[in-house]
Amino acid sequence: MTSGGIGRSISAWAAGALALFGGAAWANPEPNQLNMTKGAAEWSPYAMHMVALWVCVVIGIVVFGAMFIAMFRFRKSRGAVAEKWSHSTKLEVVWTVIPVIILIFLAHLATGGLTSFADTTNSEMTIKVTGYQWKWRYDYVDYKGKGVDQVGFISKLEETSDRTRQLKSNLDPDKIKVDGYNTYLLDVDKPLVLPTNTKIRFVIVGGDVIHSWWVPALGWKMDAIPGIANAAWTNIKEPGVYRGQCAELCGQDHGFMPIVVKAVPRAEFEQWLATQEDEAKVQKAAQTAQTVPAQAPQG
Amino acid sequence: MAHAATHDHHDHHGAPKGFFQRWVMSTNHKDIGTLYLIFSLTMFFIGGAFAMVIRAELFKPGMQLVQPYFFNEMTTMHALVMIFGAIMPSFVGLANWMIPLMVGAPDMALPRMNNLSFWIMPFAFILLLSTLFMPGGGPAGGWTMYPPLSLQGESIAYTIFAVHLMGISSIMGAINIIATILNMRAPGMDLLKMPVFVWSWLITAFLLIAVMPVLAGAVTMLLTDKYFHTNFFNAAGGGDPVLFQHIFWFFGHPEVYIMILPAFGIISEIIPTFSRKPIFGYRAMVFAIASIAFLSFIVWAHHMFAVGLPMGAEIFFMYATMLIAVPTGVKVFNWVSTMWGGSMTFETPMLFSIAFVILFTIGGFSGLMLALAPADFQYHDTYFVVAHFHYVLVTGAAFSIMAAAYYWLPKWSGNMYSETWGKIHFWSSVISVNVLFFPQHFLGLAGMPRRIPDYNVAFANFNMISSIGGFWFGASQLIFLGVVIHCVFFSKKKAADRSWEGAKGLEWTVPSPAPFHTFDVPPVIHDDELAHGNTEH
Repeated sequence: MTSGGIGRSISAWAAGALALFGGAAWANPEPNQLNMTKGAAEWSPYAMHMVALWVCVVIGIVVFGAMFIAMFRFRKSRGAVAEKWSHSTKLEVVWTVIPVIILIFLAHLATGGLTSFADTTNSEMTIKVTGYQWKWRYDYVDYKGKGVDQVGFISKLEETSDRTRQLKSNLDPDKIKVDGYNTYLLDVDKPLVLPTNTKIRFVIVGGDVIHSWWVPALGWKMDAIPGIANAAWTNIKEPGVYRGQCAELCGQDHGFMPIVVKAVPRAEFEQWLATQEDEAKVQKAAQTAQTVPAQAPQG
Repeated sequence: MAHAATHDHHDHHGAPKGFFQRWVMSTNHKDIGTLYLIFSLTMFFIGGAFAMVIRAELFKPGMQLVQPYFFNEMTTMHALVMIFGAIMPSFVGLANWMIPLMVGAPDMALPRMNNLSFWIMPFAFILLLSTLFMPGGGPAGGWTMYPPLSLQGESIAYTIFAVHLMGISSIMGAINIIATILNMRAPGMDLLKMPVFVWSWLITAFLLIAVMPVLAGAVTMLLTDKYFHTNFFNAAGGGDPVLFQHIFWFFGHPEVYIMILPAFGIISEIIPTFSRKPIFGYRAMVFAIASIAFLSFIVWAHHMFAVGLPMGAEIFFMYATMLIAVPTGVKVFNWVSTMWGGSMTFETPMLFSIAFVILFTIGGFSGLMLALAPADFQYHDTYFVVAHFHYVLVTGAAFSIMAAAYYWLPKWSGNMYSETWGKIHFWSSVISVNVLFFPQHFLGLAGMPRRIPDYNVAFANFNMISSIGGFWFGASQLIFLGVVIHCVFFSKKKAADRSWEGAKGLEWTVPSPAPFHTFDVPPVIHDDELAHGNTEH
């Protein structure tokens, strides 16, 4: 093999490795996926994760390397005679100080990540998420500083998955696909529609027990706890459908309450929101029309 | 009556003849140690059977075997049985057997309490396991028992009483161990000459006394919330579900170190023996254990990064958690340095110890990653966490217990185990455990939450690999059972008093098997006889 051939094969291997270890921007779980998604939002712990991973890999190679050298060199069967020393202050200081320096570096990175995550100010939109056994409710609270009029709905596992996941249903999970992507247990009847390039604040609460709202592509999860309003934010950069699941054990159907976020461009979102508001108005009017005659005879 | 009791007391010729008298009424540290070890091995197989149900259901997508609720009972029971029934009692069993032998004491300081603290355990577990046969089923809210979910279960009262009993047993065991170590050392066995295993248990026992009452308080509040209309954790009544998590993990984090510090002690005994070289940095090893124990009290909320803590709290708990890497790193480096320059042989206890150092360190690496709060927003409650704590608890704690069993079996039984079958058990276990748990890192990073009975097709391959590893690892433990039974009852190869060439310490100066009563007269301590006597200046 020529040196060029070697170079090519190395770069081909490197490209493959890169694809495996984070080159591809998976938004949703892919078969045989090895690594965390880079995510589709402004805030993502992906870089932090990769730094920590490589720090661990390098330390691991050094420590395990030393161990294997010791196991090879200092075996009795090779005639090794045990030495008598059992202490070295210099060495011990070295391997206390070096980890401290590495930790300070990691802590610095992580503190930055936390600070930006905690800052929910200047959001343009608020969504209230409520976890129930075993479904999610989404309420659109405000958009661009204006209150949204009664747009909210329940989002739960879609029907085909629900039938397939019954014990001994004999239905094939492989067959549940949307656009060629398997959505078994990762699809809902009505997704949460959100605008892209908008800082969205989430207010997350629990309706009965503790749940946890998690979409990996948004980079975080946040517990939905009864009696506590938790806040988090996202700013989705890429339009797309992002799937997640409840991440806190919440009873028998904990595994069956997925989350689907459909991110669309702002104009499209505004149109969608207007339609929803109109529908809500029509529904409300219909309800009042029904209740008024019902009450009239009593009055 | 009084006469008979006096007579029994002075009978130092051997074990009582009657089965009931010998085992149920025992006050002998060796017999009680054996009882603890048999009990924990039994629980290891029961908890393992639950794990097999979990892995069988997760073998492929779709629900094939059990209902989701039963699956949750299995995950909950697997954890409770393995933590409280397998890992903790086996360490107490090792402490019972070895601490008096290692410090030159005739028995534990409080022999009758020793009997009571063991015999509570079988009843606690009968109470806990019986819930599986009751209408409504066993606890299914996870071993962490987070309210409000755990309060929906019908068997919560049984679980709580079982936990109370286990706590009482642990506290009594801990008091006994502290009293023994502080009062019953042979003259000349200074604190800083004690084996690292004894040190690790002294520190662990203080952790137990500190946190078991906290757990008891937390579960008692659950009980009154469920049955007596209190509102400690009920938001609708002014309570706070997160309060439970704070209290639980104030117990829970020291608890995970209760399950690993004695393992550090065991490994620190075995590696010097088979390296034929004293442990590197004895004082640093002891100090590292003490530092880890101290830090375990101020890191609890790293289990709760996703509950919406204020940023200041997240930063504090993140920094404190990262600090643990320093003393833990010191321990790993010192084990490697102990091996460096030694004259090593690789019998089964050494193989398990080396696997411990490597695989526990891998668990430590994922622990460091989990400590980083922003990254934990992704990792939390996924299979990445499952992989992490199984690396530290199975290839950490459980491997150290197996190493200890192989190391001291000759002393306990008077016979050598089959080295060939020991090695087969080791290689089968160490390969299968990685097939079992390593792919779970990938599953977690790809987005699979923990404690789910069914999953998307994208997670299918690694789950199947993990399940195959699981069945293989489970089957491998039957080899262990076989090796132990063979060694105790059938092995023809008698063990020498000093069963291993490089073994130092008082336990190797008594005959094998260790007679029913040892050190009736305190031994004269020669520093060069001790594992750590004359190594530090």
